[in-house]
Amino acid sequence: MYAFDIERPATVADAVAALANEDAQALGGGQTLIPTLKARLASPEKLISLTGIAEMQGISSQDGTLRIGGGTNHATVASETGAIYPALAELASHIGDPAVRNRGTIGGSIANNDPAACYPAAALASGATITTNNRDIAADDYFQGMFTTALDEGEIVTAVTFPIPEKAHYEKFVQPASRFALVGVYVAKFADGVRVAVTGASNEGVHRWTEAEDALSANFSADALADLTVSADDLISDLHGSAEYRAHLVKVMTGRAVSKAK
Amino acid sequence: MPKDGGIGAATTRREDVRFLTGTGKYTDDIQTHAECAAVFARSTVAHGIIKSIDTSAAADMPGVLAIFTGEDFVEVGGNPAGWLINSRDGEPMKEPKRPVLAHGKVRHVGDAYAAVIAETVQQARDAAEMIEADIEELPAITNMKDALAGDNFVHDEIGTNQCFDWGWIEDNRAATDEAIKNAHHVTTLELVNNRLVPNAMEPRSSIGSYHPGTGDYTLHTTSQNPHLTRLLISAFVMGIPENKLTVIAPDVGGGFGSKIYHYGEEALVLAAAKKLGRTVKWTADRSEAFLTDAHGRDHLTKIELALDKDGNFLAFRTETHANVGAYLSNFATATPTFLHGTLMAGNYTVPLVYVNVKAVFTNTAPVDAYRGAGRPEATYSLERVIDMAAREIGRDPTDLRRQNFIKPDQYPYASAAGLEYDSGNYDALMDKMEEVSDKAGFAARRAESEAKGMLRGFGVNAYIEACGIAPSNLVGILGSRVGLYDAATVRVNATGNLSVMVGAHSHGQGHETVFPQVVAEMLGIDPQSIDIVHGDTSKIPFGMGTYGSRSLAVCGSAVVRATEKIINKAKKIAAHMLEAAEADIDFTDGEFSVAGTDKKVSFGEVALKAYIPHNFPLEDIEPGLEETAFYDPANFTYPSGAYCCEVEIDPETGKVRVDRMTAVDDFGNVINPMVVTGQVHGGLGQGIGQALLENTTYDENGQLLSASYMDYAMPRADDVPYYIVDHSQGNACTHNPLGVKGCGEAGAIGSPPTVVNAVIDAIQSGGINVTHIDMPVSPHRVWAAMNNAK
Repeated sequence: MYAFDIERPATVADAVAALANEDAQALGGGQTLIPTLKARLASPEKLISLTGIAEMQGISSQDGTLRIGGGTNHATVASETGAIYPALAELASHIGDPAVRNRGTIGGSIANNDPAACYPAAALASGATITTNNRDIAADDYFQGMFTTALDEGEIVTAVTFPIPEKAHYEKFVQPASRFALVGVYVAKFADGVRVAVTGASNEGVHRWTEAEDALSANFSADALADLTVSADDLISDLHGSAEYRAHLVKVMTGRAVSKAK
Repeated sequence: MPKDGGIGAATTRREDVRFLTGTGKYTDDIQTHAECAAVFARSTVAHGIIKSIDTSAAADMPGVLAIFTGEDFVEVGGNPAGWLINSRDGEPMKEPKRPVLAHGKVRHVGDAYAAVIAETVQQARDAAEMIEADIEELPAITNMKDALAGDNFVHDEIGTNQCFDWGWIEDNRAATDEAIKNAHHVTTLELVNNRLVPNAMEPRSSIGSYHPGTGDYTLHTTSQNPHLTRLLISAFVMGIPENKLTVIAPDVGGGFGSKIYHYGEEALVLAAAKKLGRTVKWTADRSEAFLTDAHGRDHLTKIELALDKDGNFLAFRTETHANVGAYLSNFATATPTFLHGTLMAGNYTVPLVYVNVKAVFTNTAPVDAYRGAGRPEATYSLERVIDMAAREIGRDPTDLRRQNFIKPDQYPYASAAGLEYDSGNYDALMDKMEEVSDKAGFAARRAESEAKGMLRGFGVNAYIEACGIAPSNLVGILGSRVGLYDAATVRVNATGNLSVMVGAHSHGQGHETVFPQVVAEMLGIDPQSIDIVHGDTSKIPFGMGTYGSRSLAVCGSAVVRATEKIINKAKKIAAHMLEAAEADIDFTDGEFSVAGTDKKVSFGEVALKAYIPHNFPLEDIEPGLEETAFYDPANFTYPSGAYCCEVEIDPETGKVRVDRMTAVDDFGNVINPMVVTGQVHGGLGQGIGQALLENTTYDENGQLLSASYMDYAMPRADDVPYYIVDHSQGNACTHNPLGVKGCGEAGAIGSPPTVVNAVIDAIQSGGINVTHIDMPVSPHRVWAAMNNAK
């Protein structure tokens, strides 16, 4: 690590003001940024901690949606959303390990948009709305490729609001070392159709599998996927699996997610 | 005293009190007044010429006290290899110098070319980044076979990348070739024994200090054998006299082999301490551990098994390329040769064995002994090719092994690979394994798995290993440059408690619990009154350290010999106290008595008398009660085992789950069954890690792709099953006083082939003709192999 200062604003407004300094960097739960700093791969002069902002904490539900404050950690989501949105609670309960779940936040995960993270798949498949300090962004517009989002400099994810599907499930095949998703597929069935989001697989980051959505909207069953194939083009090839293997897993995980959806 | 704390008692580990309550004291925990910090500048390229190193900007950074480069160590010696291997043509191995800091060239990513000493770690790190090294990158040498073909050399001065070309047993070469040529059936298997990163929980750390008034040096370091480190620094690297250098290895958080060796960082902190008159500390971060700890395994092997028409083994022929990395680490040349080739007859009455090993320099981290060291490589090759042969000729893998086992009435047995096995009963191990694993229930479990759409396989393995790495006579013949005995001093204090100074170092093995059990049993006293002292060259007579499952067999035997001397002297003192002839003194349950009388004195009374010798006949009895013994055994010990496991494979994803794992081992006599079980558990975990998960990968540029836990998969609790462990089938070692064989590495030796054999069995049960998958048997590899075979 290089030396840095840290500020702990109590309000979103104060955090936004602090982040106006171009050498400042927002710090959520630190599950990505702190290891990056320890490896001396980044050298912000000032970290603006978002974890002391009360208005970014907590979970509420109304009108068939679930609103999660951007500073809410995974353990809280896992323990408090089970009755309302069980698929999301289960996803949160399998992110990292207990230490990660007690520090990492949904806002941090969504803002970072790691191509193998879990939450982006949930947000995209659920058609969530990402709320920032100055606007609401639809998930379809928000995720723009690996580590790339619609966020502007200094913009903070203050909440994520999930429409609650009739049925949903997230099926993750873990990369054996990091236990991030080698391939993770989130399937969400709504009254007006099915949305399928894939994480871990693509060089483009989280993305929807529209052919599967069409097939599953017509027939919500794993059998509906039988004739579909996933192209390996643009999928990730690395130590842990080829693009072809990931393409295969996308289909397998999608089928399993459909079968387990509830 | 009751016997429940003596030999055979499953006493809980006393060292765990401090380890589990966070009160252990590791090297980095040691804080010295006015200590300063060392940080190394390490190469980011695998191979390059050091054109220049400009340290001027770094030297001006805040807090910087000194900067060292390879130039500063040109005059000092290199870190030597401990074993001299001769090639088949009689030529000695190539032994290029391994300097403290790289000089002239950098030879692997992580090779240190400079070190900064500053007031704080942070300052040293900042300054290290300001060192400007002009390094002309050269093509990296990473592939062993290419390395032997080209003219790009890791060490230009030796003009080759081949360290040696070794044959064992060379006199058997022609006969083995002939046997294979004429055999009824030959099974051939090419396999990779995957490179492993040791991943001790505690990274390496060293603290050097120097007393200008006396000229004494002290090195605190993460070592499995502080005496060897002192010897290497004194005799080879720095020339500090042994009486002026104390090496202390305090609590050490795991080693698995990687902390046997002397590393350049240890020499650097000593040199810096002398130059500055300050205490200098270095602690590796995890990235440095990945890049610079000596790695394990990394063999490319072709093995052939010749059988007659009845399934009798006629010959094993092996050709192995062994990666030694960029420099020779201390045991690097012994591991692929005498710890591997000599085991290539396995548990079998095969008459002919020939092993050819070519050791190859590459631009990768040095490779050396890692838990099992050569024996896992031997066992994996043998037990995979035997399994493959059984499938090829339509025999049950267990039956084929049993048919070729050495039988109990054949001991001592001279193996075709040159060792004399002292004892064993491999059929009894198999019988027990089949019983405790419920092999009979496998068919029903397979049916259950198949009903879920899963494939289930049963894998079996028999292993033998050579432990108690010692016999100086034998290892001398095999090329060791040192003897490999061990030593212990038993000091009986005046108040009757004991300090036992042992040459073996404990870093997870449980010596502090187990060694007192031996002494307590012999003296009939409370083991809690006995403490073990280890890891400090100023307190211990000598020691060759802990590796090769040698501590109890070798150092434990030295403890026995020293304790026998204590008993002999104590009898003299008791005879004097009881006014009896020494020959009439009985020693039982901690009491000395005169045969046929009720006259007796306790061990404690004798101890006190030894230090208050008011009326000793001083010509016959010296005051004090302290004895030292050095023990050098007659042979290796030969633990053996029968393992099995059941795996379940998800055919859609290729994911392998080890569902059941059974280890039945012959460790000879067992001193503490709980500690032994724990050692087996740890070994099994590492073996399953090698078989399924651990994948050390360098790319063609010599960059370590698996350089963090994001890409290097260590086994976690949910990757391993509940283990069934049995050591009821012990056959006592015939040549050490405790009859013990060694248990530290067995699990890591026996489990990898067991897992892979089970994977192949599972896949074939699905009608898919996959005959081999290289480790780690990752989901991707299983899926790809099954897909390709369809």
